Amino acid sequence: MDLRFFAQNALGGLAYGSLLFLIASGLTLVFGLMRIINLAQTAFYLLGAYVGLTLVAHGFDFWLSSVAGGVVTMVLGLAVYSAFLHRYHADPLTSLLLTLGFALILDDGILALWGGDPRSVSPPPMLRGSIQIGTLVFPEYWLAVIAISFTVAAIMFVSLRRTMLGVIIRASVDDEEMARGLGVDVNRAFYVVFAAGALIAGIGGLLGGPITSAYPGLDGELTPLAFAVVIVGGMGSLTGALVGSILIGLVNAFGKAMFPELSYFTIFVPVALIMAFRPQGLFGRKQ
Amino acid sequence: MRMSTRAKTAVLAVVIVLVSAGVPSPTRSADPGPIKVALLAPTSGSAAAAGHDMVAGWQLFWKEHGGKVAGRTVETVVYDTASNPTHALDQARHAVEADGAQMIVGPYLANEGLAVAPYAVQHRIPLFLPTVSADDLSQRQASAFVIKVAGWSSSLPTHVAGVWAYEQGYRKVVTLANSYAFGYENAGGFAQTFAQKGGKITDQIWAPLGTADYTPYISRIQAAAPDALFVEMVGADAVHFLQQWSSLGLKSKIPLIANETTTDQSNIRSISPEIVEGITSFGHFAEGRDTPATRAFIDKYGKAEGVLPSYMATSFYTAAQWIAQAIENVHGNTGDVGTLLQAVRQIKLADSPFGPMTLDQYGCPLENVYVRRVTATTGDAAKYAKTWNVVTKTYPHVSQFWTWKPSDYLKQPVYSPSYQGYTK
Repeated sequence: MDLRFFAQNALGGLAYGSLLFLIASGLTLVFGLMRIINLAQTAFYLLGAYVGLTLVAHGFDFWLSSVAGGVVTMVLGLAVYSAFLHRYHADPLTSLLLTLGFALILDDGILALWGGDPRSVSPPPMLRGSIQIGTLVFPEYWLAVIAISFTVAAIMFVSLRRTMLGVIIRASVDDEEMARGLGVDVNRAFYVVFAAGALIAGIGGLLGGPITSAYPGLDGELTPLAFAVVIVGGMGSLTGALVGSILIGLVNAFGKAMFPELSYFTIFVPVALIMAFRPQGLFGRKQ
Repeated sequence: MRMSTRAKTAVLAVVIVLVSAGVPSPTRSADPGPIKVALLAPTSGSAAAAGHDMVAGWQLFWKEHGGKVAGRTVETVVYDTASNPTHALDQARHAVEADGAQMIVGPYLANEGLAVAPYAVQHRIPLFLPTVSADDLSQRQASAFVIKVAGWSSSLPTHVAGVWAYEQGYRKVVTLANSYAFGYENAGGFAQTFAQKGGKITDQIWAPLGTADYTPYISRIQAAAPDALFVEMVGADAVHFLQQWSSLGLKSKIPLIANETTTDQSNIRSISPEIVEGITSFGHFAEGRDTPATRAFIDKYGKAEGVLPSYMATSFYTAAQWIAQAIENVHGNTGDVGTLLQAVRQIKLADSPFGPMTLDQYGCPLENVYVRRVTATTGDAAKYAKTWNVVTKTYPHVSQFWTWKPSDYLKQPVYSPSYQGYTK
């Protein structure tokens, strides 16, 4: 195993893991706070991608389109939450079925609106080059994705630790009843967290476009990976989502490169091991 | 009971003769009513884009001909297979038993085709497979009722690719293909002829269908430093692979020998030209083929759909043309299945959008294989797409058995991960 092989897979795994974090962070926080398993999270990602790439095709700026994709997704997410999901807190089975239904509707809606051909997305012009060190070639854009995801993670950590809203969210995760008893507006925290999860996944859609492209069915392929991240990291833990994303990204990269005939196996072995020895995940708390 | 291949061939021949001799035709009433065709296509699910193209190609032909042939109306009903073999079989059953379909065209995926074929054979319903390319449906499991009209076998173009690659001077090649029947058959066709010439397959990588991140595989290929990479990809996997291959800087370093689907128009139409231009691939169709038949078709299709046709759309247009001609030849009497099947088998297309086509006795066309190169579109085609596949070399009249005798070829097993036609 030479240095190039190692560096290439390390960076590739990190980039892919960063993308997974944008999806998994919302998933884990929504579960931690409301005990809702949101199977539509990756469909949110896909919707963001399609809205974004449509705007880019009409000549809008890449970053702006990405944010717009996130905002559209957030509005839709909030509509789904306020009309249906808010009734099913702490009812994982119902919320699971409900969000699965929304995922299917979104997927078919995307198919009807945009057709089924896979759409590729070009990175913004200033990031189309690659860096080259010896025989190692790495796209600049992928480095940008890593940087953006870590920035998003930092913003989320700071908001959770240093703002009043963050305190409310953490208090509600720890003991919702007690927080309510103290007169805290827990409902507001619910809306904010669900909206933020949808927003980040929606922004991630176009950001991830140059890596995953967009096509109906992409959401179904990302869902097992996003859940692997949440299980490894621990349900409800943002630190867990970050560590889990990077871990799954790296295992995915090295596993495929070294044992190409076992690609899914190598991803789900760590998941199985964690389920066996630490069912609450690396950073989750015992229920 | 196991039969030798020769015995199977003999039985097949007898069956064809018996069927051709004719089941007594039902008494004809004055108005025979419409000819009912079931078009099985995945219009939802993972292969929905292909399903759309299939329906568009088929309907374009019938629209041109007023939905009529030999004085009879052709009534096509589209049944959604949802990209699922079980569902495809249910739909076939429903089409035949409830709706009275007289023939089935489609489905799309190999596993759908393998699910529907036994049903069609048991119920003596003609099954026409323009896109299902599973080798065995016209080889070890060939049937009088199953015909790859305007179709192909997966390994047919890649047998040519293996020989071509050796002639280019490549000696060490890695293959990358999806881990399912289509991938095994594409890679196997290449590996067998390449190794037979004296080339060496140094590694074979099987990636699951639906892989978003190909960079680890690409990293492994780069470490192996082969003379060239043979690659089979479909749909979104092709888009992922081509994008990542180019962004990791390998496009200018390791030559690609791609199968037909990797650079099919349905994939390259959404990719930036610099990522795909110059890639060599092997197919039975090339939308940039400079002949009147192909040009006229892509022009019509462009006007109707606003894009250049994929091979799926072209297959169904040509299949409609083929079947219509056969119905014409039996003067619209489709009630007699044996006569109809024989008429379909006797069609010789002097030139179609694919080029000349005739059927072998196993139900797969003898057809051109094109060495194709992705280039920028020119002329009218530029209105509909940025890039297309043009022909750099034509291998005419290629058989699914390449240069082997069918009886010899059929002694070897169908291509799979454990059988790729060479000894490691």
